[in-house]
Amino acid sequence: MFLKRTLPLLIVFLLGLAMIIQFYIPHPVSQNFYDSMAEWVRISGAFALILGLSSFFYVHTRKLARKNKDSFYSGVAILCLIGMAGIGIFGRGGINGWLFSNLYRSIIVPLDATMFSLLSFYIASAAFKAFKARNAMAFALLVTAIIVMLGRVSFGSFLDGIVEWILVYPNTAAQRGIILGIGLGMIATSLKIILGIERSYLGGGD
Amino acid sequence: MKILTISFALLLSFSAVSGGVSVEDFPNDDGSSLIVRWNSTVNTEAAGYYVYRQDNPEDGYFLLSRIASPAETLFVDYDPRYPLSAGMNVSYKIVAISHEEEELEILGESSVFSSSASFFNGTKTNTFFATVIAFGLILYFINTIKKGKSLFIRKIAGLDALDEAVGRATEMGRPVLYVTGLGYMEDIATVASVNILGPVAKKVAEYESTILVPNFDPIVYTVTSEVVKEAYLEAGRPDAYNPDQVFFISEHQFAYVAAVNGIMLREKPATNLFLGMFYAESLLLAETGNQTGAIQIAGTDAVTQLPFFVTSCDYTLIGEELYAASAYLSRDPVLCATIKAQDIEKGLLMILLVSLSILSILNVFFFKSDIVWRLISAFFRVE
Repeated sequence: MFLKRTLPLLIVFLLGLAMIIQFYIPHPVSQNFYDSMAEWVRISGAFALILGLSSFFYVHTRKLARKNKDSFYSGVAILCLIGMAGIGIFGRGGINGWLFSNLYRSIIVPLDATMFSLLSFYIASAAFKAFKARNAMAFALLVTAIIVMLGRVSFGSFLDGIVEWILVYPNTAAQRGIILGIGLGMIATSLKIILGIERSYLGGGD
Repeated sequence: MKILTISFALLLSFSAVSGGVSVEDFPNDDGSSLIVRWNSTVNTEAAGYYVYRQDNPEDGYFLLSRIASPAETLFVDYDPRYPLSAGMNVSYKIVAISHEEEELEILGESSVFSSSASFFNGTKTNTFFATVIAFGLILYFINTIKKGKSLFIRKIAGLDALDEAVGRATEMGRPVLYVTGLGYMEDIATVASVNILGPVAKKVAEYESTILVPNFDPIVYTVTSEVVKEAYLEAGRPDAYNPDQVFFISEHQFAYVAAVNGIMLREKPATNLFLGMFYAESLLLAETGNQTGAIQIAGTDAVTQLPFFVTSCDYTLIGEELYAASAYLSRDPVLCATIKAQDIEKGLLMILLVSLSILSILNVFFFKSDIVWRLISAFFRVE
C-alpha cells in the first residue's frame, strides 16, 4: 500500500508544491530545478515509449494470430514500423538519408494531408446538421453563421463590419467566459491532485 | 514577460541620469540582464553609440551592441550570445560614434557591477494573489463540507447520460470506446479525462461489457491501462480485464485518428466517449462516430473544438464541466466542495469584470482618465 498509494501521493504533493513555488522564483536555482524536472519528464517518456511499443506489438501480433479478414492490416502496421525504424537507424544517412526522407515525404505526408482534407467534407456535413432552425436560438445561430460565412467570401466584403463585430464582441465574450471557467477548473483540479483529494488517476478507489 | 519588462525599462529611459555611465540590476529576473544608462552626447556629429562590456579586466572590453540613435540613453544587456549570470562582475563603456561608425568620444565607463538574481518575480504578484484566493476558497469549502454542510450541484446532462450510455452498450453487446484525446499527462484536461475513465471503466466492468481505450501518448497509455485494470479489480471482476482493451496506437495525430476511426467502423462501439484534449481531429472522430450511430459524449477544454463536438455529439461537457465530472460522478463531498469554490470564484470574477467595465464606461463619459488613474493610484498606492 505504501509503494502503490502513499509514496506516489507524497511525491505528487511535494513536487506539486515545489512547482507552484518555482513559478514565482526567477532565481537560477529555481530555473535549474524546472529544467531538470522537464528532463525527467522526457526521460520517463522514453521508457514509456518502450511500453507503448510493446503494447503495439502485443495487440497486432495477437490480431495476426487470429487470422481474420483484418489481420493483413496488422501485418502492414508491424512491417511499416519495423521498416521505417530500420531505415532510420541503419539506413545510409539515417533519418536524413534519401530513402527515409522520400518514404516520409511520399507516404506519410500525403496520408496526413488526405486525413486532414477529409475535415472539409466533415465540416460541411456538420454545418448542415447544426444550421437547422429548430428553435429561436438555432435560428439566431443560423443567421449569424450565414452572415459570417458570406462576410468571409469575396463578394461579401460589404458585411465586413458586422462580421468583425460578431467575432470581436459576442464571440470573444462567450469564449472568454468559457476560458475563465476552464482556468478555475484547472486550478481546482491541480489543487485536488496536489492535496491527494483526487486519486482516480492512480487507479481504483481509496 | 521579459519583453514587457524591457519595454517598461525603455520607457524609464526618459528619466535623467546623473553623470557618466551607470548600471542597474534588471528587476525580477534570474540575473541574466542589466540596465545600462548614460547621458546623451552633445556632439552634433554623433549618430549613435557603441556599447562595450568587460567581463574580465585581463581580456579588456569587447563590442556588445551598436545603438543607432544618439537620443537613446539606455541599453538592456540581455543577449544570449554574450550571456550574463548572477554574481558575474562586469563593467561597461559607452562610446559615441559618427555616421561612418568612427568613434568620436568616450562618454564614460561604469564601475564594476555584478547582477543579482531575484527571489520573487514581482510581475507575477497579481497571479500570486489570485492563486492564493483560489486555493484559500477551495480549502475553506473543503473544511466547511467536512463539518457536515451539504452542497447543491446542478445536473450535468452529459454525465447523467453516462449510465445510460454504458447500459446501452451492454444491451447491444458492443464495446464502449473511450478516447482521451491528443493530450499528454501534463495536460490538466488529460488528467481530468483519466479521472473520469476510472468510474466509467468500473461501470463497464459491473455491467460485464467491454471498454476500448486507444492511446496517443505512451505515458497516458501506461496510466490508462493501470486505471482500467484497477477499476475492474474494484468492481470485483479482475478476471474480465483484457490487456487488449487498452492499447497504444501512435504519436502521430492523423495516424491515431485513422486508427480510431477504423475501430469505430469495424467494431461499431455503441458508445463513444471523447474526453480530454482535442485538436483538428475532433470533428473527424465525432462525425465518424455519428455515422456509426453510436451515442456520443464529448468533453474538452479546447474552446475552438467545442462547436464541432456540440454539433456531432449527443452530449458535450463544456470546459469546466470536464473538470467537475469526477466530483459529479463520485459524489464525494470533499470533491464537490471544490466545485462550490469554483462557483464562488466565478462570482467574484463576474463582480470584478462588471464593476471594472462600469468604471471604464464612467471614465470614458464623465471623467478625465488622469483623475481616475490618480484616484486608483492613491487608493492602491500604485507608483
